[in-house]
Amino acid sequence: MTLAARDVRWNAGGRMIVDGVTLAAAPGRMLGVVGPNGSGKSSLLRLLCGLRNVGSGVVTLDGGNIRDLPRRAIARRIASVEQHAGTQENVTVEDVVRLGRTPYRGALSPWTEADEAALERALAQVGMDLRRNQPWATLSGGERQRTQIARALAQEPSELILDEPTNHLDVRHQLDVLSLVRGLSITSIVALHDLNLAALFCDEVAILNEGRLVRSGPPAAVLTAALIQEVFGVHAEVHASEFSGRPHIEYRLD
Amino acid sequence: MRAVVVTGSAWLPWSIAAVASLALLCLAIALAMTVGEMQIPLAVVMRALGNATLDLGYAVSPIQQGVLLDYRLSRALFAASCGGTLAVCGVILQALLRNPLAEPYLLGISAGASTGAVAVMVLGLGGAALGISGGALLGAVLAILTVALLAAGSGGTSERVILSGVAAAQIFNAATATIVTTFASAEQARGVMFWLLGSLGGVRWPDVWLAAPVTLVGFAICLAHARTLDAFTFGEDAAASLGVSIPRVRLVLFATTAAMTAIMVSIAGAVGFVGLLIPHAVRLVVGPRHIRLLPAALVTGAAFLVVADILSRTLIARQVLPIGVVTALFGAPAFALILTRARRRA
Repeated sequence: MTLAARDVRWNAGGRMIVDGVTLAAAPGRMLGVVGPNGSGKSSLLRLLCGLRNVGSGVVTLDGGNIRDLPRRAIARRIASVEQHAGTQENVTVEDVVRLGRTPYRGALSPWTEADEAALERALAQVGMDLRRNQPWATLSGGERQRTQIARALAQEPSELILDEPTNHLDVRHQLDVLSLVRGLSITSIVALHDLNLAALFCDEVAILNEGRLVRSGPPAAVLTAALIQEVFGVHAEVHASEFSGRPHIEYRLD
Repeated sequence: MRAVVVTGSAWLPWSIAAVASLALLCLAIALAMTVGEMQIPLAVVMRALGNATLDLGYAVSPIQQGVLLDYRLSRALFAASCGGTLAVCGVILQALLRNPLAEPYLLGISAGASTGAVAVMVLGLGGAALGISGGALLGAVLAILTVALLAAGSGGTSERVILSGVAAAQIFNAATATIVTTFASAEQARGVMFWLLGSLGGVRWPDVWLAAPVTLVGFAICLAHARTLDAFTFGEDAAASLGVSIPRVRLVLFATTAAMTAIMVSIAGAVGFVGLLIPHAVRLVVGPRHIRLLPAALVTGAAFLVVADILSRTLIARQVLPIGVVTALFGAPAFALILTRARRRA
């Protein structure tokens, strides 16, 4: 196990946001985190990348407590893509992706061949290499998301954490972004709203409700009609897709 | 690992720009030295400077040599130091707070420093041990803490920080006014009010020896954080996930900005708008990367305040406007421009 949470709790404003979650990301696999609004998905992801300190429990990276690691060491291992990354600075695609090299550079160290190689690789992986000079302000939502993913890849992480990367994207871009992440040979943890996307792309799915982990496992074991009814309060029918063999969820309006 | 040539080839235009802007700054300083009750031609200024630095032995009247070296050079050098410092502080605060309006004056840091300095001047707070600069530093730190408390209490978003700064500035300005009206003699009050608006009239060499090291050391600390500041482009969480230790960086850079602002305020009073105007103007030319932005802001801010000082002595014949009035004259319209630009983007 590379990145794992053991019985983590976190509260804010007197409310328990994450309540005793135990979860592990299998190396090289894609773990989907689903759950209703306010179920603690984003907070759990922030705990996992060490951006917030757990109230109790422990987040471990390769077995060691993430709290004991310097920020820079964490940043070389775990990269994260926020839900709404925005800036008023007049930066270009390349400027943003270069930021991914920050954890590898001292105050005075020059831009090295390794930095350049990581930059080029990351730009190419998301297909933004030909638009490297385009200003951030002129990018569409999908291009911004891809640029942020490239920035994360430039960190050369072994774990990639994405908070609802398909938010505000059209269906084409949703599929593009998730295919891109799935094609990477690194561990990824992705918060998703769309249960069908989670079923289609994730190796494992964890379902959260009111800060608690309800169940985790392969999509077919977790995304069942009964659990969807219980957690989301929605009547759904789940059957195996004849194209992908994975669960396909249809919602019923009765 | 070997440095890549790609970035190396970009050095030439930047070094040319650096040399050119430094030359312009020196020219502005020399021009500033020609202005005063006694007009002294630029050629004489150059000869006096040659005598002083390289011992060239040009014939310059002792009175002119004295005025130039004892009063005008120190004044111009301090103006440069002060302008550069305030511009750099603006860059730092705008990056840390991710707000285009952040700068020492609007955030109340200058007001806090003024209160501290006035408390020492008028009330004799802390006696000789503290000094005016020490009082200003205490005031500046107190102002930053006040802003932080107000901002944290109101949710801590970047707009709230600015509003908290405006509130803190009001509190400290009121405190200053209370001290002056209650405890100062009429003569003290006149002196303090003039100093509060920003004045370079009283600057002498000891002030330069205090200000210049603060500028250089402060600038070096900020420049060492150039990449860290870039990492704040998408906010604090994004910076943290890029490996930046937010509490440490905040502590170091807020303390540095407070010290830089406090020393300048203790000497020249609260000079506004330099920290607002210069970073934005410079960003348009050199782009958002701090490794270029910081040096450019330092030199441009320095030149700006030297020129503002020239204008303060020439706009109205035989009268000296407070330097803060001149910077506000240019800064306020620029402030309005930034506000409308920000609204268009939102």
